[in-house]
Amino acid sequence: MLAHGWGRYPSIDAKSFTFNSEVELRARLETISSGSAIARGLGRSYGDSSLSENLLSTGRFNRFISFDGATGELVCESGVSLSEILDVFVPRGWFLPVTPGTRFVTVGGAIASDVHGKNHHNAGSLSNHVSWMDILLADGDVARCSKSERGELFLATCAGYGLTGVILRASVRLQRVETAYIRERTIRTKNLDEVLDAFDEQAGWTYSVGWIDCLARGKNLGRSVLMLGEHATRADIKESMEALRPGPVRELAVPFEFPGFFLNTFTVRAFNVAYYGKASSRERIIRYEPFFYPLDGVHNWSRIYGKRGFVQYQLVLPKESGKEGLKKILRVTASKGLGSFLAVLKLFGKEDGPYLSFAKEGYTLALDFPITSSIFVELDELDSIVKGYGGRLYPTKDSRMKKEMFLAGYPRRDKFMEIRSTVDPHRRFESLQSRRLGI
Amino acid sequence: MSKSVLILGASSDIARAIAQKFGSEGWSLLLAGRDVEILSRDAADLRLRHNVDVAAFVFDAIDFESHKKLWDSLPGRPEGVVCVFGYLGNQEVSERNWYEARKTIDTNFTGAVSILNIAANSFEERKGGFIIGISSVAGDRGRTSNYIYGSAKAGFTAYLSGLRARLWKSGVKVTTVKPGFVATRMTEGMNTPALLTATPQQVADDVMRAYKRGRPVVYTGWFWKYIMLVIIHIPERVFRKLKL
Repeated sequence: MLAHGWGRYPSIDAKSFTFNSEVELRARLETISSGSAIARGLGRSYGDSSLSENLLSTGRFNRFISFDGATGELVCESGVSLSEILDVFVPRGWFLPVTPGTRFVTVGGAIASDVHGKNHHNAGSLSNHVSWMDILLADGDVARCSKSERGELFLATCAGYGLTGVILRASVRLQRVETAYIRERTIRTKNLDEVLDAFDEQAGWTYSVGWIDCLARGKNLGRSVLMLGEHATRADIKESMEALRPGPVRELAVPFEFPGFFLNTFTVRAFNVAYYGKASSRERIIRYEPFFYPLDGVHNWSRIYGKRGFVQYQLVLPKESGKEGLKKILRVTASKGLGSFLAVLKLFGKEDGPYLSFAKEGYTLALDFPITSSIFVELDELDSIVKGYGGRLYPTKDSRMKKEMFLAGYPRRDKFMEIRSTVDPHRRFESLQSRRLGI
Repeated sequence: MSKSVLILGASSDIARAIAQKFGSEGWSLLLAGRDVEILSRDAADLRLRHNVDVAAFVFDAIDFESHKKLWDSLPGRPEGVVCVFGYLGNQEVSERNWYEARKTIDTNFTGAVSILNIAANSFEERKGGFIIGISSVAGDRGRTSNYIYGSAKAGFTAYLSGLRARLWKSGVKVTTVKPGFVATRMTEGMNTPALLTATPQQVADDVMRAYKRGRPVVYTGWFWKYIMLVIIHIPERVFRKLKL
């Protein structure tokens, strides 16, 4: 079958296996005659992190195992999706400790990318909230690891992109919430300086994220809408409202791939102007779904980019040089009309423990670009700017960065490689990405 | 304890989806299958997700002698039974190897008759309950590619049809569900056409809808009704030349 990531680029003719137990997975691994293997959850990494000749799909390995109602400790199989966790536990007053911008990822995939969320500045990445996990290693053994038990394997497997083995089970600590609502404050800012200052001023908010109009130039460069959020308490919402079971939200779907010309400078500009114009500075109570997962409400939204697909580009720049670097990057993308449909900005907190974790103290910017004949050349140029400012790119979103770019951004990779070569000396687990990046 | 439903062949992908569906509507679940280790993991999952009672039982479709004992060991009489187990087998092997052919027939037909006879008599006596059998579109017309499996499912479809007529008088509802392609472990590696391939969750939704509406026969997805209508009516001299 032809497999691709969420960005629909690149694709590979791969064999896909599912499994119901570790015994079955072990047997499956032994039947692999050629090529490497990599675990795959819901295929929401954008590029080639979960692509290999053999895909070990966790689609059927998706059971809840136990839940401790006193501590919020949830143990589940790696194929359970964040969406399933929310559906089951929000009505009981629990929420994910950290969530990325989509709920359609598995626990295994989220750990393998060590995902971050809008609360990174105070909660860190997901690995901070994983108590332990079980991994099926290349030799067929199952290893349990945590920060204190086989700690190095734990730090290599979180943000390990499936390269240390297959995550089987994990124990994740959920957080208590009183309602399924978010108290959201929106602040409109005129330019980049204003939004970056606002991030610092508003650091007390649990959740914060900015949306940048990439096409605004000159004195408007970096014009943004900053969205801040707190879990609403029972007192924040009307008495008549159902606190934890507010019923379903409406959803849309993109039923087919849009023609390639659909997204161009004009349509993107029109969208951005409309979006910026609509957002006034205000506070309101909204459901958690539109706050955390604005695009999950539109199924298959990536089809809007057409058959050729798109690349997402997420970078982080250190805080000191970040302001200058972001300006430069925004200027370049605006002047070239690379038109990003979505540009998301966030201030990260401290760097996380896992060797290949993406987040580090500074500013992260996520852009997506439709694939055109010149896009890869343009992105190489952006790479050199990011590298020049001491930044790095997020492999989960990547399908094209060069090895040198990766090496420059991840100084702790040697430690990762050391662990990887002990647990998988014959490189049975590999992705197209790991080969490209030399990890 | 709330109303309970017995799911036979509970570890298949379709059965798991059906169990989730009934669980989400508050039913107690009795899971029966060969691998109790896996069923007990499913049971824990279902309890956690839906806050319902779940119990697991050993059941082997082709160990006919054990069926009565299983039925008697259930905690009370379930409100309904969903018969999901099946064995696709290998057509080419079945043509030459009697044991493979027999396993296909015994699992899909004989085993189903054996256990459902027991359930039917019990429900008839109580004058209530339901039986849902997961048959297959493959039973609508024997085709070169899978006629051993198809003929066993044809037998199962005919059995359910007769059972429905018999139990109607006693207020017991019998439903025949005929899935087309479904993306499951059984079809893994087969290149089924994406547009015609249902997910186990879609099958489960159709099963629940059929149960609630008391429908006698449902195809899942619905378009298979029309595909099979065409296939049934292809004249024999044309049909034998088709590679179906």
